[in-house]
Amino acid sequence: MQGYLSLWDEYGARIMESFWANLQLTFWAFIACAILGTILAIMRISPIPSLRAFGTAYVNIFRNTPLTIIMTFGVLVLFGVFQLQLSDDFNFNFFQIAIIGLTIYHAAFFCEAIRSGVNTVPLGQAEAARAIGLGFLPAARLVILPQAFRGAIVPMGNVLIALIKNTTVALAGSVAEISGLMKTMIEYRADQGILIFLTIALMFVVIVVPIGILVTWLSKKLAVAR
Amino acid sequence: MKSDHQAQASSDGPIVRLAGVNKHFGALHVLNDINLDVVKGEVVVILGPSGSGKSTLCRAINRLETIDDGTITIDGKKLPEEGKALARLRADVGMVFQSFNLFAHKTILENVTLGPIKVKGMKKSAADKLAMQLLERVGVANQAAKLPAQLSGGQQQRVAIARALAMRPKVMLFDEPTSALDPEMINEVLDTMVSLAREGMTMLVVTHEMGFARKAADRVIFMADGQIVEQATPEEFFTNPQSARAKDFLGKLITNH
Repeated sequence: MQGYLSLWDEYGARIMESFWANLQLTFWAFIACAILGTILAIMRISPIPSLRAFGTAYVNIFRNTPLTIIMTFGVLVLFGVFQLQLSDDFNFNFFQIAIIGLTIYHAAFFCEAIRSGVNTVPLGQAEAARAIGLGFLPAARLVILPQAFRGAIVPMGNVLIALIKNTTVALAGSVAEISGLMKTMIEYRADQGILIFLTIALMFVVIVVPIGILVTWLSKKLAVAR
Repeated sequence: MKSDHQAQASSDGPIVRLAGVNKHFGALHVLNDINLDVVKGEVVVILGPSGSGKSTLCRAINRLETIDDGTITIDGKKLPEEGKALARLRADVGMVFQSFNLFAHKTILENVTLGPIKVKGMKKSAADKLAMQLLERVGVANQAAKLPAQLSGGQQQRVAIARALAMRPKVMLFDEPTSALDPEMINEVLDTMVSLAREGMTMLVVTHEMGFARKAADRVIFMADGQIVEQATPEEFFTNPQSARAKDFLGKLITNH
């Protein structure tokens, strides 16, 4: 116990700081992947074949590419080779590249979550929207997507939960996040290895479990009555 | 644009014209050389056995079904293939579906005002007023704040009629509007349709309700196997059908009732 407390004395501030980085990555990447994923979903249900083909190709490419590969590509190629500088701050630059990597990857899953929501909306809703003279985009925005989002709460929640945990892959993108710190701590404090693991695992559980409960509650509350 | 509309509307051409319309579903020839004119104020009822193509015909008129060849014109304008021009034309054609298709996430009032506000650019206050008048007319004004799922089928279908009317359509299409209703709710919808017909609305109605055809139709069209087999006034059609198919169809109805 003494050893564990001394670990907190030594690393406490950095643990919180690193975990905060994971939460920030989650926040920005989720907003961005929701926007990109929704645009992709609109493409995939659009009447224009080239847009549909683009959406399908995007999803198939990035859903089937390991996140670590995308992250490494961001750092070694976008930054290393092409000198992509989003920020003058060296660390913040990696942070932003990590957000882009997480966004590109999870947008594919978010798109599919929305599409599963679209499948909960009966075809007649779109026909009725077209019949009163709404074009594709207004019909999507006013009639289809509001119902699709409400029918996709659970799969969208799953994307969020996967994203929270996948922020640890930002380690491959040289971001000072919690799994990187965990590696360092275990290296220097091997005596506390198991407790270090349990501590960090618990931090994720504490965040993810309430989200799971909230998602279930929201999915029931927002379900469209038919 | 508006004067253009009026000029066209005042010309004496048919509101809906189908000329040489064909459509196949794979090997099935679902619309076989259909020629049909519906003039202003006319109420046309389409009858026929299941699978005769009558719903497909109705849905083709606002291009919810595409056609293989032939032309469809609405008030003198050829039905566009896609895009904004098609959306504009659809706004002039009211459609009532078998399964109501009210927007499930919007209130009854919002269902009726959505088209006027978003398609016609009407102010919300004016659209609300128009919608309440129409809901009053179909007898569901007191349900305006509810969601569709809270209404009975008959009430939902009357709201669907009000939603279509809110666009001030040149013609109303009804695709089996009472087929999904419980028997006791059929009449409330038919009564609304009869009063609409009496007010001079141009209507094309696919239905199995012979009573409505007798009461409100100017002309009955009998379809079988994708073709228009026979057309006549309801009086003539029901008392003296000409074709064997029509006699067979009517005979089955009588023995079933």
